[in-house]
Amino acid sequence: MAVLVIAEHSNGALAAATLNTVVAAQKIGGDIAVLVAGANVGTVAEAAAKIAGVARVLVADAAAYAHQLPENIAPLVVSIARNFTHVLAPATTSGKNYLPRVAALLDVDQVSEIVDVVSADTFKRPIYAGNAIATVQSSAPVKVITVRTTGFDAVAAEGGNASIEALGEVFDARSSAFVGEALAKSDRPELTAAKIVVSGGRGMGNGDNFKLLYALADKLGAAVGASRAAVDAGFVPNDMQVGQTGKIVAPQLYVAVGISGAIQHLAGMKDSKVIVAINKDEEAPIFQVADYGLVGDLFEVVPELEKAV
Amino acid sequence: MKVLVAVKRVVDYNVKVRVKADNSGVDLANVKMSMNPFCEIAVEEAVRLKEKGVATEIVAVSVGPTAAQEQLRTALALGADRAILVETNEELNSLAIAKALKAVVDKEQPQLVILGKQAIDSDNNQTGQMLAALTGYAQGTFASKVEVAGGQVKVTREIDGGLQTVALELPAIVTTDLRLNEPRYASLPNIMKAKKKPLDVV
Repeated sequence: MAVLVIAEHSNGALAAATLNTVVAAQKIGGDIAVLVAGANVGTVAEAAAKIAGVARVLVADAAAYAHQLPENIAPLVVSIARNFTHVLAPATTSGKNYLPRVAALLDVDQVSEIVDVVSADTFKRPIYAGNAIATVQSSAPVKVITVRTTGFDAVAAEGGNASIEALGEVFDARSSAFVGEALAKSDRPELTAAKIVVSGGRGMGNGDNFKLLYALADKLGAAVGASRAAVDAGFVPNDMQVGQTGKIVAPQLYVAVGISGAIQHLAGMKDSKVIVAINKDEEAPIFQVADYGLVGDLFEVVPELEKAV
Repeated sequence: MKVLVAVKRVVDYNVKVRVKADNSGVDLANVKMSMNPFCEIAVEEAVRLKEKGVATEIVAVSVGPTAAQEQLRTALALGADRAILVETNEELNSLAIAKALKAVVDKEQPQLVILGKQAIDSDNNQTGQMLAALTGYAQGTFASKVEVAGGQVKVTREIDGGLQTVALELPAIVTTDLRLNEPRYASLPNIMKAKKKPLDVV
């Protein structure tokens, strides 16, 4: 068996999601190769070569691969995929974007967002917003899989010594072009990788009140998330949304403040180790999944909690 | 230009689903079914493009059981001009759905195909990307803004770190994210009118 892991990276840095995906690859078994595709990705390739357990790093360095446009990345992956039994990418927005395109070009089905590897052809994945777990067996000659990174630990970023090989052929479909991007700036930990997450919902009332959560989060070294209601109301940007259609997190501690706990929100956080809920409605469904719950007004409780930390 | 919108019949998003006792699947007997929420957003976007004078005709398509006609009638009531049901009683995976949609695209030759980013039952998030691969069209997934101008569609996409804008050559495939728009409700007169609009079953 040979497993290809497609690396996630941005601005010359390898993303942590790649390390979780390599662990999923190790559970499948066989030789592991990592593909680094992008523009000016020399440092990323070197970082990938140091990942423990990786045998080979394949580098496709061309302007066409900047910004991970799926029209160009997909044919590149397809061109080498037949040499592998498995092709894995993290279930980030870019992995979800290009990998189904790869699968269709290979004429195979994709297995999305696996949370466990049962065997080399059998995987577990959540369906219905995480309310059921499906065990699926794939008979495809090349198994194309996205990996939910919270389902797997991260492999050590150091200790490996993989060979680096350049891929010469450049695929440029020219049917799409990058125009620009607006990235949210934050010096707090990344939401999906944070050990502690503090999230606010509609109960926060307005965007200004999120300052209460930022203050608490900074003391805890936590990332700040939000429910869809808080995002839709314009309190915070949408990249902070936790849930079925936002980010999936599984931190050690998840603090839900002013969040009722709709099915779609729980889908994004119920694998957290310890869940704390602060809500003034004692009937709120969030209390059914919370390990510790506090019925009270968040505007009194959160500042008190912050002082106590 | 012609716009094709794909819709899926799924368990209503408010239903708390139960796994069958024999673990063979989810119990869907007598459960309320609806149009997938992301598909509603896709229909709404097509209707808005028509209201702006960009789209001339909206064709709603579904691949599914006979009962999916209900969801197509909903799309017609919201503003689609006609509907096509590719009838099947089997539960198809994303690739098979994408192939069925490809056949419809070949016949209808739309300039833009709008799908939801994922169905809330299988949570796959694949069909739009796969259809783009099969047709060879460019794809704008997780769209929060769509502008059509000069043979191109400019799509603002929701990505992990924020927003990204790409320009795609038409014809193209777009999949909708939550914040693309706020879907309207079908009015009673429009629901009545939708019963007279054409719905082909193939």
